[in-house]
Amino acid sequence: MPTRIKVQDGHMYPVEDAFTNVADDQDIPQGDVILSLTRFQAEGDRLLSEGRAVGVRLKSDEEAEALAYDLPRLALVALEFPKFRDGRAYSNARILRERYGFAGELRAVGDVLREQAHFMLRCGFDAFEPADGSEAQQWEAVTRRFRHVYQRAADGREPAFVERGR
Amino acid sequence: MYQYDVIDKEFTQDRVAEFREQVERRLAGEITEDQFKPIRLLNGLYLQLHAYMLRIAIPYGTLTSKKLRKLAWIASTYDQGYGHFTTRTNLQLHWIKLKDAPEILAALGEVGMHSMQTSGNTIRNVTADPYAGAAADELDDPRVWAEAIRQWSTLHPEFSFLPRKFKIAVTASAKDRAATRVYDIGLAMRRGRGGELGFEVMVGGGLGRTPYLGPTIREFLPTRHLLSYLQAILRVYNRYGRRDNIWKARIKVLVASLGAEEFARQVEAEWAKSEQEQVDLPDIELARIRADFTPRFEPLKPRSEAVEALKASDPAFARFVRHNVHPHKVPGYALVDVSLKTPGQTPGDMTSEQMNVAADLAETYSLDEIRVNYTQNLILPHVKLDDLPAVYAALKASGLATPNIDLISDIIACPGLDYCALANARAIPVAQHIAERFADPERAEAIGELKIKISGCINACGHHHVGHIGILGVDKKGEEFYQVTLGGSGEEDAALGSMLGPALPADKVTDAVEQMVEVYLRERRDGERFLDTFRRTGVAPFKEAVYADAH
Repeated sequence: MPTRIKVQDGHMYPVEDAFTNVADDQDIPQGDVILSLTRFQAEGDRLLSEGRAVGVRLKSDEEAEALAYDLPRLALVALEFPKFRDGRAYSNARILRERYGFAGELRAVGDVLREQAHFMLRCGFDAFEPADGSEAQQWEAVTRRFRHVYQRAADGREPAFVERGR
Repeated sequence: MYQYDVIDKEFTQDRVAEFREQVERRLAGEITEDQFKPIRLLNGLYLQLHAYMLRIAIPYGTLTSKKLRKLAWIASTYDQGYGHFTTRTNLQLHWIKLKDAPEILAALGEVGMHSMQTSGNTIRNVTADPYAGAAADELDDPRVWAEAIRQWSTLHPEFSFLPRKFKIAVTASAKDRAATRVYDIGLAMRRGRGGELGFEVMVGGGLGRTPYLGPTIREFLPTRHLLSYLQAILRVYNRYGRRDNIWKARIKVLVASLGAEEFARQVEAEWAKSEQEQVDLPDIELARIRADFTPRFEPLKPRSEAVEALKASDPAFARFVRHNVHPHKVPGYALVDVSLKTPGQTPGDMTSEQMNVAADLAETYSLDEIRVNYTQNLILPHVKLDDLPAVYAALKASGLATPNIDLISDIIACPGLDYCALANARAIPVAQHIAERFADPERAEAIGELKIKISGCINACGHHHVGHIGILGVDKKGEEFYQVTLGGSGEEDAALGSMLGPALPADKVTDAVEQMVEVYLRERRDGERFLDTFRRTGVAPFKEAVYADAH
């Protein structure tokens, strides 16, 4: 099982994953599951009615808008980074957090490297599956690196222009 | 000039500390070059043919004497005693050792500089009209807005992994000295019907393999909404720009494939949904930035007797004034071009000694300001007319007073195959050879305005598409050949050049330029520039002259 890192009370911790990530050609196991968007659209209602926690995995070319009406029912959204260079999930993350007010877990999966930690946290991700073997304390160090930021994003940090006005 | 406050300083320090640690991990072998590459590219550090190259950001091309002296010190301490100014108003150092890179970034940080986002698929160093704050026709100082963009785009959480690099240029004048039509986003300030200020927003211009002039997607954007509107453009691009093919990943391809109207509609829809007031800067922050861009001019007489007297007695000075001195918005001041194009030299190269001379002149005579022009020359923007003789003498003594601005030897050239890993052919020797052929200042003056631009590969760092004469290096079975285009312009009359004919071998390029100049001198009518004549006659007479031998 891959390492998973979760933000809790502003700190990063390694955590056990309660969810099973289910591939499209795989039978759905018991318990809490993460499904692709198409599978969720076909089977999500039934699983949710069984009282399970359900998450959706969005590919980088799928749009956050597709989940607009389902978000209140979702425990988590996993956004895929097929390559670290593919930055589409950052936009999806901000739209989920800032436009739709999604409050569940937002998980970064795929080619997730600790060098991206600062950007991911700022865009509203609060859970990470690192692909580079990096650990929670390294992620925490990266996210504490910058004392200031220059723009508002999904993390609620005060940008420089607000700090200056105080 | 904008001064870093404690927040900017701490931000830069934090960035240097992060990079220092990353370099240590690389030097200790904890990460491979492949893993290190994206990290160094977020800090402007490239691995080129012979060494690491560091590209230092010069936001909106503005330097102070302190900054330029620091660049001179870095170039002589960590490099070979010179640097190369680029068409993006950055400074490149081509002989850097990896272990020194963190020290260099720390030294830059001391004077409020950095190399963030001079590489990678990020929002790159923002450029502006090099005459900002001195041009009579400007509506505002565009650097106020460029600085707002610099801060907003710095380590932007959403836009640091775009489909491709992204470049923004800002002007506030009708005369376009910032090549805004060939930028990913070009912003040109306009005055609205009610007198208020706004930006014409052009998106999707660019050179490279498929050149485009950027279409206007919004005629008038109120200035206060600049950042939220940029966010909307960047978000549409980040989500829908192509990522499957590096040659189709720039925003110009997205705009061209959707059509400017549909692209504009998507941007407007995204903008309407966004919380604009969360993104746009409050007036108080704009006022804070603006306060740093208000030089104190003295009331002066609009005419200098000393200058008139020297012009009458020294023809070389008179020529310098004709070509390298430009009118300033404040009476009694002038803009002075510092040519980095002495025939025979590498265009845009400057030694540490020359940098120190320019820094001293800026401090003494130009309200401590220096500009980098995308034409790879420097500018002293605020020189009193009475000081022109002294400035001229000092520039001349350091080989910086060549009176050739916008003339045939004022050639733009990228570093080409002499340095760059992407290049197909050399650009520097071609530029040197042409400039030497036309080194006679009287002959150059008789030919008049003629902008030659040379790129060593299709990426077009030398802007060849928008040269009056554009020269592109190509590789033909291991030999360097050069494709010539004619009639391009990067200014308010922007146009892409048309192909002259088959590519020429290296040793024919200068002859071809000379033949085309002869055609122009023969064909031109009163007052026509080379470009005007070409636009009237078309390519035929030029083609005939150059390829006559081939028939």
